[in-house]
Amino acid sequence: MATATFRIWRGDANEGKFVDYDTEVSEGMVVLDAVHKIQAEQANDLAVRWNCKAGKCGSCSAEVNGNPKLMCMTRLNDIPLDAPVTVEPMHAFPLIKDLVTDVSWNFEVKKKIKPFNPRPPDAEDGTWRMAQADIDRVQEFRKCIECYLCQDVCHVLREHDLHDKFIGPRFFVYAAALEMHPLDTENRLEELKDTDGIGYCNITKCCTKVCPEHITITDNAIIPLKERVVDQFYDPIKKLFRIFRPQK
Amino acid sequence: MVQYETHEYDVLVIGAGGAGLRAAIEASAAGVSVGLVCKSLLGKAHTVMAEGGVAAALANVDERDGWRVHFADTMRGGQYLNNWRMAELHAKEAPDRVRELEAWGALFDRTQDGRILQRNFGGHQYPRLAHVGDRTGLEMIRVLQDHGIHQGVDVHMECTVISLLKDDGRVVGAFSYEREKGRFKIFSAKAVVLATGGVGKAFKITSNSWEYTGDGHSLAYHAGAELIDMEFVQFHPTGMVWPPSVRGILVTEGVRGEGGVLTNSEGQRFMFDHIPDLYQNQTSDDPEEGWRYTQGDRDARRPPELLTRDHVARCIVREVQEGRGSPHGGVFLDISWISEKISNAEEHIRRKLPSMYHQFMQLADIDITKEPMEVGPTTHYIMGGIRVDADSQMTSVPGLFAGGECGAGLHGANRLGGNSLSDLLVFGKRAGEYAAQFAKENSAGKVNEAEIETVASEALKPFDNADGENPFQIQYDLQDMMQDLVGIARSDEGLNEARAEVHKLGERANQAGVGGNREYNPGWHTALDLEHMLTISEAIALAALERRASIGAHSRDDYPEKEEPGAGKYNTVVRKNADGEMEVSRELIPELREDLQAVIEEMG
Repeated sequence: MATATFRIWRGDANEGKFVDYDTEVSEGMVVLDAVHKIQAEQANDLAVRWNCKAGKCGSCSAEVNGNPKLMCMTRLNDIPLDAPVTVEPMHAFPLIKDLVTDVSWNFEVKKKIKPFNPRPPDAEDGTWRMAQADIDRVQEFRKCIECYLCQDVCHVLREHDLHDKFIGPRFFVYAAALEMHPLDTENRLEELKDTDGIGYCNITKCCTKVCPEHITITDNAIIPLKERVVDQFYDPIKKLFRIFRPQK
Repeated sequence: MVQYETHEYDVLVIGAGGAGLRAAIEASAAGVSVGLVCKSLLGKAHTVMAEGGVAAALANVDERDGWRVHFADTMRGGQYLNNWRMAELHAKEAPDRVRELEAWGALFDRTQDGRILQRNFGGHQYPRLAHVGDRTGLEMIRVLQDHGIHQGVDVHMECTVISLLKDDGRVVGAFSYEREKGRFKIFSAKAVVLATGGVGKAFKITSNSWEYTGDGHSLAYHAGAELIDMEFVQFHPTGMVWPPSVRGILVTEGVRGEGGVLTNSEGQRFMFDHIPDLYQNQTSDDPEEGWRYTQGDRDARRPPELLTRDHVARCIVREVQEGRGSPHGGVFLDISWISEKISNAEEHIRRKLPSMYHQFMQLADIDITKEPMEVGPTTHYIMGGIRVDADSQMTSVPGLFAGGECGAGLHGANRLGGNSLSDLLVFGKRAGEYAAQFAKENSAGKVNEAEIETVASEALKPFDNADGENPFQIQYDLQDMMQDLVGIARSDEGLNEARAEVHKLGERANQAGVGGNREYNPGWHTALDLEHMLTISEAIALAALERRASIGAHSRDDYPEKEEPGAGKYNTVVRKNADGEMEVSRELIPELREDLQAVIEEMG
């Protein structure tokens, strides 16, 4: 069996450093397997989040050789093993310990977005009718596994630290899923413009590139939302219309 | 004096998968204060991995379906060892629970006329599983989570309960630690709902995550509740077998529902070789009829690949043992063959089974639209668990409720695919409802300080023993042992050996040591999980010894007959006796209510 070196970030919010671990690797292994092997054999207290190990829960997000990845879906035979493989926590969130970050901000952000509010049922038995074609685009957004890699890579959060002014790609996808839900009756555009900071996104598409679920975040979620915001608040003809017929 | 923080609720729900979330939503709606504790982040629980769908007799695709058919299918699948009252409630209430999710924002795949689409699944007579491609669990947990966060429920994430607290025979709270800093949290509650899922991590090959260490089963047992039918552990027939690092990861039954076939190394569809008596009338005679069934032909009968999971798993083991297995010790599961039948097969497979396509492509370099998968049985689910009242989900300990996988009764000796997601909705709701009612009718109990001191010092023991044995090694050895001795094929000899091994591993676990400190320390967490895992491992072995027959998911090499002569239909019951020892007994299952018996007879 071959041996590879993993350069793993060890430390907490106060201090930390990379530590090299050599471990045996075998066919088909993913980065999470190597981290687990190191944890079981050499560093029992190495902190790492994981659950499904099949790319379905979005727990094991980290940066592997500088790339935001799910560790469970990153095959060792896809990365060079002749140099140490660096594994470090996501940078856009405060560190708790080793590979584990404090992602609680995301849960707070979600709570502030207006929840789903359906129109009255279409049928007497309390059910609705929706065509598959009308829900396809929302089903794309609902593939999101909340791994927060899109948040991690977004420069508005990662470099500019605008967590209090900008909700990030994950929650534009969430808002888009609600706004485009055929049954939903709420309007979230004002918040998207003001408190959610959709204007900060300058469409560099970094989020789309790292999405393990291959959701076309920028093109299918963010840009249409930006267009709706523009339509509602910045369309000159509509603006005139509003001046003469003020809304309540 | 141990340091801890205290939280008080009317109802405490332990576990935030589908059952826990549904219970918390219901309890909160009843107007009581609710705390929800989960070992991982919210939305990561095991429900997220469920693929195929949620079973509910909506009759959207085939109007012949209804609660009576669903009831009969569930009982037949469980070899009539089910708690029939639970099977009745489940079949009757599942459709409302599914429609309710739609009102909360769920987007299931649609029929042509815009209603919820349903698909075929093993053991279900008609297309019954509401689904979203092959990621139904994700849709469900996300809807429950996104709805739940607006219901005033207090969520404690990454927090693990290690003991229930009792006062005067009643459960009054729970002792936990939070992962981030390793601090202790004490919950005081008038009622506690266990929704902790299953036990798969006690086995080496499993589709379950690290969380599935049998916590709820063990907490309930130590608090004085009874565990029934613990021998019924479901080995899902199709887990991945190659490469080694992904061994056990689930391959959805949906593959077979969409027309996938099982073949051996000789290219034979071996599932046609043996059809159980109970299913002779419902199974197709030839491959062509089976294909028509998967394509919605209402007059065709199901292909043998869609027989119940216990049977399919045993057939796969037989093929491998008799030398007709695939190169890596499984058999072949092929969906790519449907290109012979439909023109846009590749696109169709990618649309119907997107996450399977993705999973095999990324983890095994296999394109399932072009080549077969290799699959074999994997520990997936436990039908047995905490004994509860069918209507209220209360255990034999006042104030303690259980729902979802950790509660038992609905599935009997074998669970049908799709019935777990409906189980957690139906009985999660009921557990929350009755827990809230109990909380309203009872005052808060008194948490005992001395008990807290004892639990805390026990929990910190591994730190005093830094040179002690590595807890991960003990866990691995337990998993190997359970796989070998308490797996698909069992015997008196192996099970007795397993019990002896559990005791030896218990002594080693007492000497386990961990380095580092209490902050997010997986070594410590693993050491604390061991007690639960050992408790449930012993319970499974003991119950398996008691059932001297091969029925449903439980197979005994030394007792191949389906029933022990003269024993009747019974549950195995595991409880802690007055000396603190684990003991097992049998209790006959109450006779089926007349009207339900009539339903079963009518369904043939």
